[in-house]
Amino acid sequence: MDFSAINPVLLIASLMVAATPIMLAAIGELVVEKAGVLNLGVEGMMIVGAVAGFVTAFETGSPILGFIMAAIGGALLSLVFAFLTQFVLANQVASGLALTLFGLGLSALIGQDYVGVKPPPTPKVNFGALADIPVIGPILFGHDLVVYLGLGIVAGTWAFLKYSRAGLILKAVGENHDAAHALGYKVVRVRILAIMFGGACAGLGGAFISLIRVPQWTEGMTAGAGWIALALVVFASWKPWRVLIGAYLYGGITVLQLNAQAAGARIPVEYLSMSPYLITILVLVFMSADRSRAPAALGKIFHASN
Amino acid sequence: MTEPLLKITGLTKAYPGVVANDDVSFAIQPGEIHALLGENGAGKSTLVKMVYGLVKPDSGQMELHGIGYEPVNPSAARQLGVAMVFQHFSLFDALSVAENIALGMENPPSPRELSGRIRDVSEEYGLPLEPHQIVGDLSAGERQRVEIIRCLLQNPKLLIMDEPTSVLTPQEVEILFKTLRQLKEEGTSILYISHKLEEIRSLCDHATILRLGRNVGECVPAETTARDMAEMMVGSALHTPERKDEPTGEVLLELSDLTAASPNPFGTTLKGVGFAVRAGEILGIGGVAGNGQDELLATISGETRVTSGTITLRGQPIGHLGPNARRSLGVLAAPEERLGHAAAPAMSLTENALLSGAIREGLLTRGFINWRGSRRFAQRIIDAFDVRTPGTETSAQALSGGNLQKFVIGREILQRPDVLVVNQPTWGVDASAAAAIRQALLDLAAGGAAVVVISQDLDELMEISNRFAALNEGRLSDVRDTAGLTVDQIGLMMGGAHDMEVAHVH
Repeated sequence: MDFSAINPVLLIASLMVAATPIMLAAIGELVVEKAGVLNLGVEGMMIVGAVAGFVTAFETGSPILGFIMAAIGGALLSLVFAFLTQFVLANQVASGLALTLFGLGLSALIGQDYVGVKPPPTPKVNFGALADIPVIGPILFGHDLVVYLGLGIVAGTWAFLKYSRAGLILKAVGENHDAAHALGYKVVRVRILAIMFGGACAGLGGAFISLIRVPQWTEGMTAGAGWIALALVVFASWKPWRVLIGAYLYGGITVLQLNAQAAGARIPVEYLSMSPYLITILVLVFMSADRSRAPAALGKIFHASN
Repeated sequence: MTEPLLKITGLTKAYPGVVANDDVSFAIQPGEIHALLGENGAGKSTLVKMVYGLVKPDSGQMELHGIGYEPVNPSAARQLGVAMVFQHFSLFDALSVAENIALGMENPPSPRELSGRIRDVSEEYGLPLEPHQIVGDLSAGERQRVEIIRCLLQNPKLLIMDEPTSVLTPQEVEILFKTLRQLKEEGTSILYISHKLEEIRSLCDHATILRLGRNVGECVPAETTARDMAEMMVGSALHTPERKDEPTGEVLLELSDLTAASPNPFGTTLKGVGFAVRAGEILGIGGVAGNGQDELLATISGETRVTSGTITLRGQPIGHLGPNARRSLGVLAAPEERLGHAAAPAMSLTENALLSGAIREGLLTRGFINWRGSRRFAQRIIDAFDVRTPGTETSAQALSGGNLQKFVIGREILQRPDVLVVNQPTWGVDASAAAAIRQALLDLAAGGAAVVVISQDLDELMEISNRFAALNEGRLSDVRDTAGLTVDQIGLMMGGAHDMEVAHVH
């Protein structure tokens, strides 16, 4: 096996790409869970975003429109979940699982005619001379807009939760919805907005897979990324920067094991393929050993009667 | 007579099946502490929720400063100068004191300015608080200070307090009263909800009494005896439990130097707890909630297992045994949390009777359930303890708190325990049901059982227990005879005032 074939600069650049879909989905789910809602439908919203983005980009020729539609598609699907859990007061776990199954089926239906075609290429952001700096250039200045957008959303979410009043209200709703209601905050409205934000982020993450990372449409192409994103939120202890670290760790090991396979490592491929999941979860388990804990009202149903 | 601050006329609110408030009228004067008195379920909470804009009345009017007052939500009420301190604290454990306070304000200033104002107000009213502390780490008294300061920062004209003293030590109550009197001097009116009559007599200028949603009378508390007020509340003469003579039976349950970590990460570790209870005796254990009460019950019931010799029954070690083994030996328990701990909420009364009574009542045959016997057992509990329920197949959560409490306590008593430990046996239970439960505990002890009653209600413990001890941060005070204990002594046993300072005005 020949590890010298692995170029560290390319490795870091491509791990950022590999990490972006689950990072987007996870940061959206983090906001949802901070508001006290457990939406297990991330996988379903991702795949619907993937197909919505792919179809739009293919039909209009504009990947930007594709990403916008992906976010809208994910948010629309999440509204189904919002309706079930916030108005009909259905169980969140069951509704989330149903959402995933529904999303997988719906996306397969929509995408039937788009198997095997190529989407328009997404242009990279042009940083001019910056991209030519050795090492730093390819790592920092050679990506698509969505990679930077993802980083921006993580930073924005962190600042929103830490510094803004709206973020404080969101945390309060997730911590104790009865108390938040007693203080006059609109629990259901806050939660619906959070759920829609989660849906939009998951949709973006899905479209990143179908438009940039792969890029093509295949049924079920998110292949469990939504579930990894869910696990990431928990093991990141509901902290935005840890979601970023976890996602990059996962992306890094994914890319590394692909490189190792290409370099002919004498380890069965199956072990290599499972390594990103195992290692990410192991590391995050150790990281989450501090005192932080889940939002206290996570997964509980709110009804304003009391 | 001056114009009243708040005038309520004919306020009515009905929920499906119950009329919570029926044509209630009264008025609060400026600078008055007005008591709202009534049993659980009398409609006090619904009434103040209407004043605070959380619930809309079906009919009736409210006037604030002589102007029509119809708050659409709490924020509208706050803007008009009405603030409320809740019975079950409306706080967010994971957030800091300052964040909690900011959430209760309409237009909070910047975090730095807010911290400064919190320090100013807490100093002015003698309520020390550190703005950056996480609320989850605070004691009950400190949490209440957070709520009070949250209200005071908005300069309220009317402050509503819903059972504020139920979680405080006697010293903390004194300090709270000083703060409230200081507010009154400054012209703030206070609507004070409670069912503790002595408190109301010492604090309040005027009282309105509610019974079953109706306004049944008014009085000046200082000029009315507690017994008269209680009878207005209940609507009938009160029955006081009778206590028998001092017990001299053998020691049944003994704990010696028991140390046990709490299974709950926010719980309290028991440290060197030791006491002995004789047959026929009731040992009362007081203390502010969260000082090891749940943990103590769990170690006696067997939920938490400890070194075998630290707990003995008639001298035999039982510390290593689990709950079922202890049940078969006659050690039974009724924990505090009715829904979810003492009873499974969604299961029927029959199933709940079976869950705890299976062993001692012989309701299992080779692993199969004897449903007929279980139903009979449930029916016996319902009959003996006057549990108001449509039948044995009603789910536990459908019962009112008081009825379920009678069921839960009755279920253990009917299993003829040798040792019974109960936590908060009459919490949230109305006065007549509470008297019935206390009498049942006294009768059980008179029949030769050793009873441990853990409670926040000191009056209750003084009434029924022979000896008294208090838990403070997982340590148990000395055990003393109840007769002759003074409030000050009890306060010291409970660990004093939790670093509260007496209000000082500069």
